[in-house]
Amino acid sequence: MPILVFVEGAEGKIKKTSLEAVAYAHAMGGPVTAIALGDVDKNELEALGKFGAQKVLHASDQRLNEGVIQVYASVLQKALSDEGADILILANSSLGTPVAANVAARIGASLATNVVELPSTSGGFVVKRSIYTGKAFSLVTLSNTKKVITIRKNAAELKEVGGNVQVTAYAASISDADFTTKILSSEKSTGEILLPEANIVVSGGRGMKGPEHWKMLEDLAKVLHAATGCSKPVSDMGWRPHHEHVGQTGVKVAPQLYVAIGISGAIQHLAGVNSSKYIVVINKDPEAPFFKAADYGIVGDAFEIIPKLTEAIKAAK
Amino acid sequence: MKILVCITHVPDTTSKINFTENNTKFDTSGVQFIIGPYDDYALARAVELKESLSATLTVLNVGLVETEPTLRKALAIGADDAIRVNAEPVDSFFIATQIAEHAKGAGYDLILMGRESIDYNSGVVHSLVGAMLNMPSVSPVMKLDIEGGTAKVTIEIEGGKEYVEVKLPFVAGCQEPIAEWKIPNMRGIMSARTKPLKVIEPKAVDSGVKLHKFELPPPKGAVKMISADNVAELVNLLKNEAKVI
Repeated sequence: MPILVFVEGAEGKIKKTSLEAVAYAHAMGGPVTAIALGDVDKNELEALGKFGAQKVLHASDQRLNEGVIQVYASVLQKALSDEGADILILANSSLGTPVAANVAARIGASLATNVVELPSTSGGFVVKRSIYTGKAFSLVTLSNTKKVITIRKNAAELKEVGGNVQVTAYAASISDADFTTKILSSEKSTGEILLPEANIVVSGGRGMKGPEHWKMLEDLAKVLHAATGCSKPVSDMGWRPHHEHVGQTGVKVAPQLYVAIGISGAIQHLAGVNSSKYIVVINKDPEAPFFKAADYGIVGDAFEIIPKLTEAIKAAK
Repeated sequence: MKILVCITHVPDTTSKINFTENNTKFDTSGVQFIIGPYDDYALARAVELKESLSATLTVLNVGLVETEPTLRKALAIGADDAIRVNAEPVDSFFIATQIAEHAKGAGYDLILMGRESIDYNSGVVHSLVGAMLNMPSVSPVMKLDIEGGTAKVTIEIEGGKEYVEVKLPFVAGCQEPIAEWKIPNMRGIMSARTKPLKVIEPKAVDSGVKLHKFELPPPKGAVKMISADNVAELVNLLKNEAKVI
């Protein structure tokens, strides 16, 4: 029975978490059919084969370039039935998660979001979810035949298991009635590494003393190929946009490395970062609570340490 | 104009998380419960809309009797009446079914809630309720303005924002900075005591998702401190020990 994976495009490229969704389905035992909607680069689609997709469907209808939830849900619902698939895997995202919920409601599937690792199938189909904003996990049994799962970043390891595959054009039947929301316009930073997608995140807090000092933080992020984040006070004061706010009421990240500079480490901030594999804390206050959650720490002046660190990383590469 | 706000009753954001009964129950001892922070934003915006559009505002929670003080707080903040669906909120599908069951035919123009609860973090109840009621749903909403039968909303997406138009009725999952949290005043607290709070029994539903058990993350090892004069050592550790750069 094939597993259908919805792969999400961003600026023509396929999001890394979507590649991980393909790897996730492959590790579950596939066969994997991936489906992309709207404009996505053809080379990117063919390369899905490397991560385990045996079949790639591409619905390139221009109306799919707008990510309207109901429209996407209808196309995926139809694709599931065309492919005879019972399981749909998606990446957790502002598009993937609501689409997953809409499909699950329509087909009567067991739905699990925020899944952090591969299912265990020895006693029922059990997935592990991140709950209490990263402070705990729940293991839940998905008992319906049909299942819809959204995965968090790093839920599956990306490794090459095959070669390129042919892309099959998929004729999506799109109904005007599904355009229940109208996207008037959007503002999006381009060419930047998105926070939820980043392997490394460099975040600044109040200790950065003002938005004018972010340049040095961005320089550090650049040498690390990292996304930049910030604490809640920084976004509240308007130093940085809200979509960079990491924490309980902002973005939750799960990178390989999280570098926190001038952030004291309030429990609400920790909630957004405690799924990180390694945490580096740089703070002038040796009593900052963040050090307790860190793997590596430096006590000192951020404005002296950041440029030195940037240079040291450049030198080490 | 009728507005429904669905709220969760969740541990305070500073709570330590522990489990009992062989890791199958949340340990409530010493835990303070609050209105979910995202739901609080939804409620705050709903109170503003109630005033500007002369709407009625109902607040709903799926929970057992211990969640009533949380509902009373929502009444004190400005809701007109409250509904408690008398059931343990075990799973998104179950909760969404209870909300949809109540809302069906009740004529709500707007159903607001937080983008996600801070206990189970599923972030799908608004989408499920929308699908069940055949209404559009939008989330996470940072700004919500209504003019006539149409709303203009700002939705946060990865790396930016989307400006979306949607016709009423619809469901929205909310987050900051949609409105400032409202703190109940004495008059609100007094009047909340006598506002109606109706208890209804849940609809039986098999959600297809069952809790097996809870787990806590493994404890963190001790932090390695590095001298500020030796950032090269940090780079060395990141490269050769952690192997992350």
